[in-house]
Amino acid sequence: MALVFIPSQMRTLSEGKNRVEVEGTNVKQIIENLDLMYPGFSGRLLEDFKIKPSISIAVDGEITPMGLIEKVSENSEVHFLPAISGG
Amino acid sequence: MTTTDYERNVVLSTNSDFKVIGTRPVRHDGVDKVTGRAIYGADYVASGLLHGKILRSPHAHARIISIDTSKAEALNGVRAVVTSADFPRVENKTVELGEDETKLLDLRGNVLANDKVLYVGHAVAAVAASNPHVAEEALSLIDVKYEVLKSVMTTDEAMAEGAIILHENQTTEELGTDSGIVSNVAKHFQHVKGNIEQGFKDADIIVEREYNTKTVHQGYIEPHNGTALWSADGRLHIWCSTQGSFVVRDSLSDLLDIPVSKIRVTPTEIGGGFGGKIPIYVEPVAALLSKKTGTPVKIVMTRKETFEGSGPTPGSKIKIKVGAKLDGKITAAHAWMAMEAGAYAGSPVGAAAQCVFATYDLDNALIDGLDVVVNKPKTAAYRAPGSPNAAFGMEQALNELAEKIGMDPIDFRLKNVASEGTRRPDGPVFQRIGAKEVLEAMRDHPHYQSSKANGIGRGIAIGFWFNIGFDSACNIALNKDGTVNLIEGSTDIGGSRTSIAMQAAEVLGIAAEDVRPSIVDTDTVGFTAVTGGSRTTFATGWAAYEAAQDVKAQCIERAANIWDVKSSSLQMEDGIISSMSDSELKMTLKELAEQMSSTGGGITGRAAINPRGVGGSFCGNIADVSIDEETGKISVERFTCVQDAGKAIHPSYVEGQMQGGSVQGIGWALNEEYFMSNEGKMNNSSLLDYRMPTALDLPMIDTVIVEVANPGHPFGVRGVGEANIVPPTPTIANAVYDLTGNRMTELPMTPGSVLAANNK
Repeated sequence: MALVFIPSQMRTLSEGKNRVEVEGTNVKQIIENLDLMYPGFSGRLLEDFKIKPSISIAVDGEITPMGLIEKVSENSEVHFLPAISGG
Repeated sequence: MTTTDYERNVVLSTNSDFKVIGTRPVRHDGVDKVTGRAIYGADYVASGLLHGKILRSPHAHARIISIDTSKAEALNGVRAVVTSADFPRVENKTVELGEDETKLLDLRGNVLANDKVLYVGHAVAAVAASNPHVAEEALSLIDVKYEVLKSVMTTDEAMAEGAIILHENQTTEELGTDSGIVSNVAKHFQHVKGNIEQGFKDADIIVEREYNTKTVHQGYIEPHNGTALWSADGRLHIWCSTQGSFVVRDSLSDLLDIPVSKIRVTPTEIGGGFGGKIPIYVEPVAALLSKKTGTPVKIVMTRKETFEGSGPTPGSKIKIKVGAKLDGKITAAHAWMAMEAGAYAGSPVGAAAQCVFATYDLDNALIDGLDVVVNKPKTAAYRAPGSPNAAFGMEQALNELAEKIGMDPIDFRLKNVASEGTRRPDGPVFQRIGAKEVLEAMRDHPHYQSSKANGIGRGIAIGFWFNIGFDSACNIALNKDGTVNLIEGSTDIGGSRTSIAMQAAEVLGIAAEDVRPSIVDTDTVGFTAVTGGSRTTFATGWAAYEAAQDVKAQCIERAANIWDVKSSSLQMEDGIISSMSDSELKMTLKELAEQMSSTGGGITGRAAINPRGVGGSFCGNIADVSIDEETGKISVERFTCVQDAGKAIHPSYVEGQMQGGSVQGIGWALNEEYFMSNEGKMNNSSLLDYRMPTALDLPMIDTVIVEVANPGHPFGVRGVGEANIVPPTPTIANAVYDLTGNRMTELPMTPGSVLAANNK
């Protein structure tokens, strides 16, 4: 199962856990299953069936431009990060 | 010319098995640039061209009661006047701005103020007239009635109890949750790794300080400009100086509520950007004026407008606390960073948080980031946005710790340096990186190994930028003489057309000069993201690599048809197609190209990619400074820049980026700031008073290119445009400390602040 890292500001949803193993083959399934385990994550992460603009998803260390359809493998790490800008 | 006993520009190459990559051909745009033939936005001329001028707010914070444009409209020569009321009604959705996102109404409000002005220089109305002088006169006839409000100019003022609120409907967002609290803090986020309390308990020594930096401008020489022609058939054509023609197109589509297919953006040559030419300012205004008049309208900002009405990088307040054992192992680190977003949410504090501790392998870390609106221009990206602010604090704290422990500052960093497999405090795990190699190259450099003369202080520091990927497209057409034409959509702000062309040339086995690169408009090439985030040589270069591979495959297929053999039996190397089993079968790319028409038609390769495998870049500095005891003026006597490029496609361009970023960082360290009056007015909005370093102020910047290949790129490229601006401010601060014993915690380190520190 993929390892999902829970940011400190979302740990009230995950009973304080900072890492959770979640089943899923893409980001959409990961968030859906995370929400089943710990209700509230979908509301924190999604808006109009898309990742909220203020949040970036990193899979295996790279921020993905693919959003919910980004593939996730058995050994993947998934991070939720604040969206950032560059120069 | 000064002679030295060492090589001033070194490339520490790990792979020199290339024919084109790693060489230094003359840039394709060089002759046009040095002969003045290159066309910039302000050069644009057209029949019936009107000139636009923008009326800007004299107040930092005020409610707009009314705008009366009737007298201006009546002036002879005036063809149109527009305000924000001329924008179509649009939904306040989130829109992408290249690397960034914003609310559409914020974007619109920044282009032409809605109900409030939020900074001095905020655009309020605009005029199109037969010449610029009439347009300026018309501006003076526009009557705007304001209700002037108190302003907030710093994060302290903005976050104070009972602070004046800029946006009555803005509440603090906490990583996906709306706090519901109306505030000037648009966003607060946190990254936590390990146990920060235990980490500080385990420390033998802890250092803790607060650092403050001022608002700084990118200082590009060419002001913002844009020309619009809104044709009778509803199609809009824009010519402008931008880092992202597709961003301009898409932003205009959202703002003006017209399909992207009706907008064509032609990027002109660009006289510097550094991140500041990603947002749009004058383009939508010119479009509205052109729609009203039916003729092309050109707007060119003045220098004053560029300072006051575009996007500088933020001032910031940063608190750094770091603890370490006596053996030099860091046990815990905490960064608290509040950054000024300017008038609308969106400072680079998120990026700063990804960089502040990235160089080090920390078990316990906490990062707090706050995005704070103030009555200053909306900030924009500037080379590694946020990272220089963060490094100014962190890299001084590390030197302070190293001194207390009694370790060499580079050895101290090497003991804690991040490497492949290190998990950053914000989560992601590093792939192969070159932080250690950069530090080792600094340690071994003749500059660091040399003894210091009397009156010289020496400092070092290192910085990080993560770089980005994003979309790039490229087409390559084979000409009948064996040369190729390459078209791409990445506007060239630092020599990228040559570094992209060289990657195609390497694949095809031809000279860089045999690739003719062109940067084309948005109708002519596939979607290409901004030139920013140090992505262009990495991503668009990769697109060129793929497009060249497409051409190569077609050439092999074509030769197989000519010789009636299987294509799998052929190869193409060094521009020669040959059989791997029959030495008689051999022809040059040029010979094949001559037969294109008679063997199946033209050969065109194409690629559109959104690559992964981005490799971050680390950059370190060594600086020697002297200080005039009477005036407090700091002089940089010697400066060395060391950076990991992954693979330097064109080493001269990489060195240019390293030297340019260093000089901008030195300016940030010593001179540059927005001098703001109590009323929020910038008092130094000219290049005479906003003091950027010139060649006369600085020594030659020595460079060392370290090449730790990025495994995520076909040639090992890492972007090099940004990390080099990160270390100069702490490097110079550490050098000042070395000479004076004074910790400089405020930027810029002006002569006055140096004297004040000496007199404490």
